[in-house]
Amino acid sequence: MPEFEPRIVAFVCNWCTYAGADLTGTSRIKYSPNVEVIRFPCTGRIDFMLLLKAFAEGADGIIVSGCHPNDCHYTSGNFHARRRWILFRGLLDFMGIDVRRVQFSWVSAAEGAKWADVVNTTVEAVRKLGPYDNYRQIARSGGV
Amino acid sequence: MSRIGVFICHCGENIGATVDCERVARACAGIPGVVHSVDYKYMCSDPGQNMIKDAIRDHNLTGVVVGACSPRMHEPTFRRACEEAGLNPFLCEMANIREHCSWVHEKSEVTTEKAIDLVRVIVEKVRRNKPLFPIKVPVTKTALVLGGGIAGIQAALDIANAGHKVIMVERSPSIGGHMSQLSETFPTLDCSQCILTPRMVEVARHPNITLHTYSEIESLDGFIGNFKVKIRKKARSVDEKLCTGCGLCTQKCPTKKIPSEFDAGLGMRSAIYVPFPQAVPNKPVIDRLHCTFFLKGKCRLCEKVCPTQAIRFDQEDTIVEADIGAVVLATGFDIKHADFFPEYGYGAYKDVIDGLQFERLASASGPTLGEIRRPSDGRKPETVVFIACAGSRDPAKGIEYCSKICCMYTAKHAMLYRHKVHGGKAYIFYMDIRAGGKMYEEFVRRAIEEDGVRYVRGRVSRVYEREGKLIVQGADTLLGAQPVEIEADMVVLATAAVANDGAEELAQKMHVSYDAYKFFAEAHPKLKPVETNTAGIFLAGACQAPKDIPESVAQASGAAAKVSALFSQDELTREPVIAVVNRCAPPLYSTCVGCFLCQAACPYQAIEKEEIRARDGNLIKTVAKVNPGLCQGCGTCVAVCRTKAIDLQGFSNEQVFAEVMALLNRSEANAGI
Repeated sequence: MPEFEPRIVAFVCNWCTYAGADLTGTSRIKYSPNVEVIRFPCTGRIDFMLLLKAFAEGADGIIVSGCHPNDCHYTSGNFHARRRWILFRGLLDFMGIDVRRVQFSWVSAAEGAKWADVVNTTVEAVRKLGPYDNYRQIARSGGV
Repeated sequence: MSRIGVFICHCGENIGATVDCERVARACAGIPGVVHSVDYKYMCSDPGQNMIKDAIRDHNLTGVVVGACSPRMHEPTFRRACEEAGLNPFLCEMANIREHCSWVHEKSEVTTEKAIDLVRVIVEKVRRNKPLFPIKVPVTKTALVLGGGIAGIQAALDIANAGHKVIMVERSPSIGGHMSQLSETFPTLDCSQCILTPRMVEVARHPNITLHTYSEIESLDGFIGNFKVKIRKKARSVDEKLCTGCGLCTQKCPTKKIPSEFDAGLGMRSAIYVPFPQAVPNKPVIDRLHCTFFLKGKCRLCEKVCPTQAIRFDQEDTIVEADIGAVVLATGFDIKHADFFPEYGYGAYKDVIDGLQFERLASASGPTLGEIRRPSDGRKPETVVFIACAGSRDPAKGIEYCSKICCMYTAKHAMLYRHKVHGGKAYIFYMDIRAGGKMYEEFVRRAIEEDGVRYVRGRVSRVYEREGKLIVQGADTLLGAQPVEIEADMVVLATAAVANDGAEELAQKMHVSYDAYKFFAEAHPKLKPVETNTAGIFLAGACQAPKDIPESVAQASGAAAKVSALFSQDELTREPVIAVVNRCAPPLYSTCVGCFLCQAACPYQAIEKEEIRARDGNLIKTVAKVNPGLCQGCGTCVAVCRTKAIDLQGFSNEQVFAEVMALLNRSEANAGI
């Protein structure tokens, strides 16, 4: 049986992490292909219903990443995201979703190597946790 | 039904070598809604762009997806091509299969699969894209130049000479920056002040330039063409209009033993002072931390001697507000100081100095009037050791980059020393000599061959004192790492050039990115070296990375050209990526419930209240409304909206949810047809 290949969705902001991931490419730093990026203007835009949608559609893990605190291109979007994540994390936990499958991080436009690191660490962590379809089953059965 | 065209770029070998582009194009042809899918060697080239234009006309496309490099690179290129072919540019999007795929993964099936995924996701997004129309905004034709060093001066003069207004802000009492401290400049050995001070005067006299010295930025709001800046003019304690700059106050001030910042601590200044004689403006400032009156409540000697009654002890900081259209950041650099090199004895021994201090020693206007004398006893040093790369290129010190200017200024220092102290011995410990630049290599050769400077390739491990001499212990790696010990009278450290104090806070106020070393980040390392990621804010000089004078001046003129180009337009077009609150007829049906969470979350105060009234004038409800001129399109309001009444054009809920669903539902499309 082939090794389990997790599918990770990354929700990133345009100005820091997307640019950081571009830098990873420009620097030709290799990382695991299990991650696919969806671009947003700002982490503040990332509606956490999107995270649930991703789990419902079969994601095994999620990365949310944006500018470091104080570095937001839009001044404060990342603070909103952080505050929302703190609340949302508790809710996920309460709902029985394994919060270890969501990685929240800050990667700046200059941190190409850090992006590769965040991706590889998350992929390895999720690989250990195994496939995730509890939430998908509930979602498919119409429970959500 | 959508009619989408997919264009996969090989980017030469950059994508083609790891991703099977033909397969990606074939697979994408099978995605519902895609009517045309091709691959090509260079999509951004003229023939490539023409392929897109022709396809839009021939296949009547309603959307275009280009699978190529990062949208941060070529999105404008492809959108313009679409526009030229009559397609709304916002119906074109890019899938990043280079930076996010081919460059970061090995050649394999999986990489090609991922490329197909990335394109499919964008196809799903484009299916839901709506034509958008750029927003027109006016341009305030005044530039803000931050920093009055050579880069700021050059940028300000260039912009002002192009006929635009400039506001220059400098945090110290005079403009001039580090260049005004230098003795002579490489590779020509012309006197730094002689070439700089005329420019400083020109700035002060220019009718288009308003100068604010001893001032700092309080805040910057707004966006390209329409910024609002608040400048804090720190209390100078001197009325600039009345002061004639006669200098009587500085002569009479009883507090005279304050280390002078301008002389890098080697000279002294009084509590009321002008940093240096050629300062612009030539008006003193009271250093309130050292002034006897501010410390003890009495003295007021300067007030008594001032012939024009210009002293103002009760002056307070004032805030100046201004509308500006563009910003040039030219805040410069600093060098590493004391305590950073305990192994070299800096701080412990007076005769271990840094490069800037040596500049002051060698300068005719310096504390020794240009004679090279030891700070400890004033003797002429017979042997001087210069240590290059003190801190730079040293991962152990946390500074991995090359400070770039030190090879040249160390050669210059050694040369100046040999010119001033005949018979003196100059040694330079170096790692490599990096003398790339016009006449630079020749200059270093001249130091070695004509002026007899001895270059020792190797690092210095330690500097310590023995019987009044500084013992420099190092290794000569060209002689098989043979230990070298030199008895020196003075040691000069070419310490690392680092970002200025407060660079991080300033970057945060300006909303520009910065790197791990707090140098401001350019928008693109090669093609946008003077732009930042924030439109309308440009970089000049060493605040971006260590630079020498010619490079700083060149970049400053580059930034000025960018600003002038911006100001040549009366109106700017801005991307219409902004939030909108849904409204439908009859307006009662707007799903906005008027909770105004969005208003609290908006960093730009772009959310306004709108009253929906019935025909009889009765208020039905109050809903949110976005001011399109203020909205910057971050989308924070969208995520907090409870009823999903507010949405972001270009990143709408429909689009992003479709992206997530498309990404995770690999259909047969990926299998290839």
